[in-house]
Amino acid sequence: MNSHPRPFRKILAAALLSAALVPTGFLPHTAPAQAAEQPQRGGTLNIVVQPEPPLLILGLNQQGPTQTVAGKIYEGLLTYDFDLSPKPGLARSWEVSEDGKTYTFHLEEGVTWHDGEPFTADDVVFSASEFLMDTHPRARANFSRAESITALDDHTVEFRLKEPFPAFLLAFEVSSAPMMPAHIYQGTDYRNNPMNGTPIGTGPFKFAEWVKGSHIHLTRNDAYWQEGKPYLDEIYFKVIPDAASRAVALESGSIQQTQYNAIEPFDVQRLAALPHVELELKGYEFVAPMAWIEMNHRVEPLNDKRFRQAILYALDREFIRDRIWFGLGRVPTGPVNSVTKFYEPDVTPYALDRDKAVALLDEMGLEPDADGVRATVRFLPMPYGETWTRLAEYIKQSLGKVGIEVVLESTDAAGWVQRVSNWDYEMTTNFLYQYGDPALGVARTYISDNIRKGVMFSNTMGYDNPEVDRLFAEAAQETDPEKRQALYSAVQKILVEDVPVAWLMEMEFPTLKDTRLKGSTTTAIGVNESYADAWLDMK
Amino acid sequence: MAGYASFLGRRLVKAVFILLAIVILNFLLVHAAPGDPAMVMAGEAGAADEEFVAQLREQFGLDRPLHEQLVSYVGNVAQGDLGFSYRQQRPVWDLMMERLPATLVLTLSAFVLALVGGVLMGTLAAMNVGRWGDTAITVIALLSYATPIYWVGLMLALLFSVNLGWLPAFGYETIGANLTGFARVWDIVQHMILPVVTLGLFYMAVYTRLTRASILEVRDMDFVKTARAKGLREGPIVARHILRNAILPVITFAGIQAGHLIGGSILIETVFAWPGLGRLAFDAVLQRDYQVLLGIFFITSVLVIVFNIITDILYSLVDPRVEVS
Repeated sequence: MNSHPRPFRKILAAALLSAALVPTGFLPHTAPAQAAEQPQRGGTLNIVVQPEPPLLILGLNQQGPTQTVAGKIYEGLLTYDFDLSPKPGLARSWEVSEDGKTYTFHLEEGVTWHDGEPFTADDVVFSASEFLMDTHPRARANFSRAESITALDDHTVEFRLKEPFPAFLLAFEVSSAPMMPAHIYQGTDYRNNPMNGTPIGTGPFKFAEWVKGSHIHLTRNDAYWQEGKPYLDEIYFKVIPDAASRAVALESGSIQQTQYNAIEPFDVQRLAALPHVELELKGYEFVAPMAWIEMNHRVEPLNDKRFRQAILYALDREFIRDRIWFGLGRVPTGPVNSVTKFYEPDVTPYALDRDKAVALLDEMGLEPDADGVRATVRFLPMPYGETWTRLAEYIKQSLGKVGIEVVLESTDAAGWVQRVSNWDYEMTTNFLYQYGDPALGVARTYISDNIRKGVMFSNTMGYDNPEVDRLFAEAAQETDPEKRQALYSAVQKILVEDVPVAWLMEMEFPTLKDTRLKGSTTTAIGVNESYADAWLDMK
Repeated sequence: MAGYASFLGRRLVKAVFILLAIVILNFLLVHAAPGDPAMVMAGEAGAADEEFVAQLREQFGLDRPLHEQLVSYVGNVAQGDLGFSYRQQRPVWDLMMERLPATLVLTLSAFVLALVGGVLMGTLAAMNVGRWGDTAITVIALLSYATPIYWVGLMLALLFSVNLGWLPAFGYETIGANLTGFARVWDIVQHMILPVVTLGLFYMAVYTRLTRASILEVRDMDFVKTARAKGLREGPIVARHILRNAILPVITFAGIQAGHLIGGSILIETVFAWPGLGRLAFDAVLQRDYQVLLGIFFITSVLVIVFNIITDILYSLVDPRVEVS
């Protein structure tokens, strides 16, 4: 065991102090130490993973933990820089035709699957036109825009689109479009394939063993196509279900990395202050989650935009960021996360202003009764951990101050999905990923085409605005970036005026890692990256 | 012996009917919860379309009417087939058998620790009643009884793993060490200490209090006085006369604890990342993994029935006046 013993009393004192004093809005944004150090070969990396993934076939399952583990086993054609510009993956280069309808990818040569079979253009065609079309909702949405997907030769693939769709180039990272081996899956029942227990990819790490409930073990792929990589010998993903125990594991050095929400926000500052731990906030630009209060527009008075505006004015979102997320994240201005493309900052601001909120409620004719209550709404907080519960309590208090009484309801995750997707709610909290481009991760929430009962992460509030529909549709097909920006700016202004949902947070996830781990966060997909470049400083 | 055989026979026949009722009741209860595995997976994937959810429902067999699902489930269980977890892509039976040993090792050790430690401490306390030893044991027992076990677990981990670095805080064995033979056993024992102590403390406290109270009740009875009058030494009196009569309530409670073993281990398995059945059950609830959940209910029901039978037999062995019938 690799331990960092410290006196018990000191820890208790530190824990008490941090609980009492530290929560200010300030968090150091530690830049990754990209010193010109020489990567070292060898070593074992331990990463916490929670919850345990249901299976590791990335084409069949795209949950967060699956992506983090299987991202080392499978690869996509592209990956993305922190500014979301495409970088080579299995595709070494690519061209987009003048009319924006033909995408040609030139694949790396000499790539093999983990079982030794060569990786060719046929695997790409099979993955994009057969496997993922059947199993992967997000890939299905993207690749159904293609009229044809053909292999021009063994190492060239051409996607011909029905209409221009410039966001298409963002559809090729490993979780959006993992390349699946045709020689194993073609002509089989993908979901019941006997090989589903032993994933075969092209990535730098091979699947070795999975002890359910305990750990997943990956080993170095000696035949990896990038010369001399990966540097690590093996990676263990340890399943640690309890949040406090995960913090202890990082503290004691038995794991060297946590990601996403593995550590509760209130623990982040304390852990980041440890001498052997550093905090990294980069690497979530691709997912760029946006958190909001979702409101059911079919219910009075939530169907009135003045009421929704009043809710935004009644909330102190700086407070939410600083005291509930302990400084992790940014206060949003509108529907597009500021790290996602085509973000428009110049919109009506909604700073905390209870007088304005009250004025709007007055204007609607919602008079306070004897108890000062103007309206009552039911609120179903997202059951994803303590932070969301605290947020719900804060919202109840804040809205109470302007006369909106909030009745909290509770449910577990399965019940929440069922109720929200079937429109059986009044208000709830939710957060969605934006996938780099408004056409991929933003439009889906607001366009009326996507009002589909029983489907989660669609337009579940029932927002319907023909002008918004038109602008999103036009922008998705516009190939001139300037014109696209103009369309997206226009739609953002309308949405901010309408407040279809009350945006709360541009969420930031903390990657807490051992200072000896280098070269892990290299792209906008952060911890889901292949870790071909990750290494441990053993000095 | 014939008495035991007919007792066992009758109990087993009863058990079959009880199990059938349990299976049907569990099935209906589990399906009555809102949300289903397809919904959960759609929620976790962060993106979904109708086709995705419909495909999952079809794969899980959830598109069939409930009574049809029930009939086919009961039929399968009767043939020893507990079903298939599509979520985990494994037969339920395999999943459980992978996890059962870890849970049994953990809970049985905690059970033995609690029972032996509790009876010993309770006896000691009763023999020293009113003196400082009694007070000390009573206070410790009260504290162990009143403290939430997840807190005890975390504090022990903080002290012995983070600060002192003496004991591992997580898992079943050192991952990646590839130990064999005695080294591996020793490694597992080290990993067991914290969870076993944490899990055992609560029941140890219960047994301590029970034993102490029960002994105090028995020790002044006439037959004990008779034994003393015969000139027997104190040791044999305690062991043969007092404890044997005082132990019945402890056995009753041990029977109940045995039934609680797996439920009680959920918390401990979560805190100490112990790859056992309790956590499998907990995850299965959250994920609405019906087949796994029903399988675990089934196995635990069988265990409870078995423990009940054992408890009844133990009664009659310890106290021949109690007849099995």
